[in-house]
Amino acid sequence: MPNDIGPVSGDAASEGDMKIHDTPLLDDLESGPWPSFITGLKALRDEGDGNRAMINDLLGQLEHSYENRLGYWKGGTVSVFGYGGGVIPRFSEVADKFPESKEFHTLRVQPPAGYHYTSDLLRQMCDVWEEHGSGLIAFHGQSGDIMFQGTSTENTQKAFDALNEMGFDLGGAGPALRTSMSCVGHARCEMSCYDEVRAHRDIINEFLDEMHRPALPYKFKFKFSGCPNDCVNAIHRADFAVIGTWRDDMKVNQDEVKAYVDKVGRKYVIDHVIAMCPTRALSLNDDNTLEVDNKSCVRCMHCLNVMTKALSPGDDKGVSILIGGKRALKVGDLMGINIIPFFKLDSDEDFEALTEFAEKVLDFFAENALEHERVGETIDRIGLPAFLEAIEVEPDPNMVKHPRTSCYVRTDDFDEEAEKWYERKAQEKGAGAAAAE
Amino acid sequence: MSEAQPRMPDEVGVPDPFPYMHPIMKANYGNWDWHERPRPGVLRHVAKSGDEIWTVRAGTQRQMDVGTIRKLCDIADEFCDGHVRFTTRSNIEFLLADQSRVEPLIARLGEEGFPVGGTGNSVSMISHTQGWLHCDIPGTDASGVVKSMMDLLYDEFVKEEMPNRVRITTSCCQINCGGQGDIAINVQYTKPPKINHDLVANVCERPAVVARCPVAAIRPAMVNGKPSLEVDEKKCICCGACYPPCPPMQINGDDSTKIAVWVGGKHSNARSKPTFHKLVVANLPNNPPRWPEVSEIVRKILYAYKDNAKDWERIGEWIERIGWPRFFELTDLPFTKHHLDTWTGARHNMNMSTHVHF
Repeated sequence: MPNDIGPVSGDAASEGDMKIHDTPLLDDLESGPWPSFITGLKALRDEGDGNRAMINDLLGQLEHSYENRLGYWKGGTVSVFGYGGGVIPRFSEVADKFPESKEFHTLRVQPPAGYHYTSDLLRQMCDVWEEHGSGLIAFHGQSGDIMFQGTSTENTQKAFDALNEMGFDLGGAGPALRTSMSCVGHARCEMSCYDEVRAHRDIINEFLDEMHRPALPYKFKFKFSGCPNDCVNAIHRADFAVIGTWRDDMKVNQDEVKAYVDKVGRKYVIDHVIAMCPTRALSLNDDNTLEVDNKSCVRCMHCLNVMTKALSPGDDKGVSILIGGKRALKVGDLMGINIIPFFKLDSDEDFEALTEFAEKVLDFFAENALEHERVGETIDRIGLPAFLEAIEVEPDPNMVKHPRTSCYVRTDDFDEEAEKWYERKAQEKGAGAAAAE
Repeated sequence: MSEAQPRMPDEVGVPDPFPYMHPIMKANYGNWDWHERPRPGVLRHVAKSGDEIWTVRAGTQRQMDVGTIRKLCDIADEFCDGHVRFTTRSNIEFLLADQSRVEPLIARLGEEGFPVGGTGNSVSMISHTQGWLHCDIPGTDASGVVKSMMDLLYDEFVKEEMPNRVRITTSCCQINCGGQGDIAINVQYTKPPKINHDLVANVCERPAVVARCPVAAIRPAMVNGKPSLEVDEKKCICCGACYPPCPPMQINGDDSTKIAVWVGGKHSNARSKPTFHKLVVANLPNNPPRWPEVSEIVRKILYAYKDNAKDWERIGEWIERIGWPRFFELTDLPFTKHHLDTWTGARHNMNMSTHVHF
């Protein structure tokens, strides 16, 4: 039936029973240099087979939104067999006017870690979505998913089956573990401090049950960035951010430092590298070599970003783990708190330990968060000491900007707590000495 | 049971990227040495082994039809054996082993209408939400706003002439799926929800809706003999938190849904710690299809930054140095009582010192 639409030329046109909707407001978005999604939608409406009537009505509804400045989709319940989440149901509230797109559901599908594709894979995805869906795909949603947008309730299962046969799985939606993302990292970046693909897949694939059958108090997001540049925006956008870092000295190639100073001049290097170091850990020597106070360096990445050839992360690499990031609802924005300043991430045992720690945090969240409460809000509600006790992590000065400024605290067990600190420090010293032997 | 047994899902989870990864990236996984940007939109990464990979980055409309995706696939097949990846900001990256194919690829992308850029100190693609096209609670469109802005900022995408990278975000409601940005263009509601009392009892789980309100402005009530909810409009902060769990509490209005512009958000840890964006202008009209009033504000802020910031300062860091009075002066924008934070922790956002910019 959709094949009945003939080619059209912008203005109102009709062929058979199908009327092409006028879209004067949307047409305006076809001009200008940036690629136009409207031109793409019109191509789906005017070419190919299968989806043309659906896209015609989708464009009609979108134009209707542009005219009235209101949205016209409502949610509902649509899922695939065996899963409770991963499909975003959309039913039109103006289906009387635009019946062919009355159901326009999205499948959230997890992409390969690091967003690597081949043209062959992308073509297979296009074929599936042309057959079972609208032909509209977003690479990617803010959740990190490939979003296959626009299918009927009936075709949702067929589309999922075809994608699942290709080796792809639904992502998260609702109160559940959400789809994750990792940066390009080890695959192409010299700043990368750990194997992001492995951490991403180890953790998410361990807890798929929490993704596919939503039963958490609210959403829970992991994100994986290879260095403190945090290209996947993990600290603010993840409940559990895994950020690469290192704890030995940064590497300096003094010949390349000199070459850089020769190229841009001493003043530029002093103004834009040395003076911009947030902890005043850099100094440019008279012979144009760089002096680094590594004990003061906080691994912010600025000098490494500017002098990519001369400076590199150290060898003793691992991750910082920050917990509790989220956007506004309900208590306001939260950045993640640095709960694990350094977690060595190298051996098989290290990766297993990371997954175990993630499980501990996820379990804590599942058991203690209130309905619709993110873990950052739970931490604020119960206080960081109680959270640390629950996940069995000892307090560390790297967790704070500065110690408390309020005197409202009961400290009669201060001496016992201090004793624990000294014991831990003695153990660390012993472990360090043993490792050195 | 005459029906066939339904197919059980194969719970494969996150797919392994290695079957799709460029062979040079696979061979040098975790062993890269340094990189440079020979021109905007092009990255050259050199591995410790001496191997090199060239990346050509191009902007897309993100909401792509299969025809556009197949066109990108054809280009990838011709120039780089079909190896591509996407960035977190929906740019596509073509990965090439052969440097001599870089310029011809750029020329082809230009012919096909895909801008090459988005690297280094440029304005990269705007992070993008769903809006009227697909969301169930949107105050505005996303794709149309992004298209309008990127048309305006096209030159700044294909060049690297900003002091540092600029990350612009959009969000169609105050949940703010677009996240923090150097410049954030977000819906800001201005009126309390309009309640359809005939529907509340059947559609909404009333205690859950009461619990969602950040300022405890919602309470259960009998209206016209039906169990419903009412809002204390003096307390209501018009955030829209009640609308997703209770669609009969319509927060959007054709005139009351407005746009606000925020600045100084930053995710990276480079130099300064990550920061949240701060309010600059509110009450801009939600004016499709091109949102010209919003574009004008974004343009003002962006070019004040470009003209005045030092190299490597992000927008928030630039303002930190010059001070907010100078920022409002340079952008010719008003400072009002609505810029004074009133939420939890607001006092920490005040100037409790004699440090003053004149």
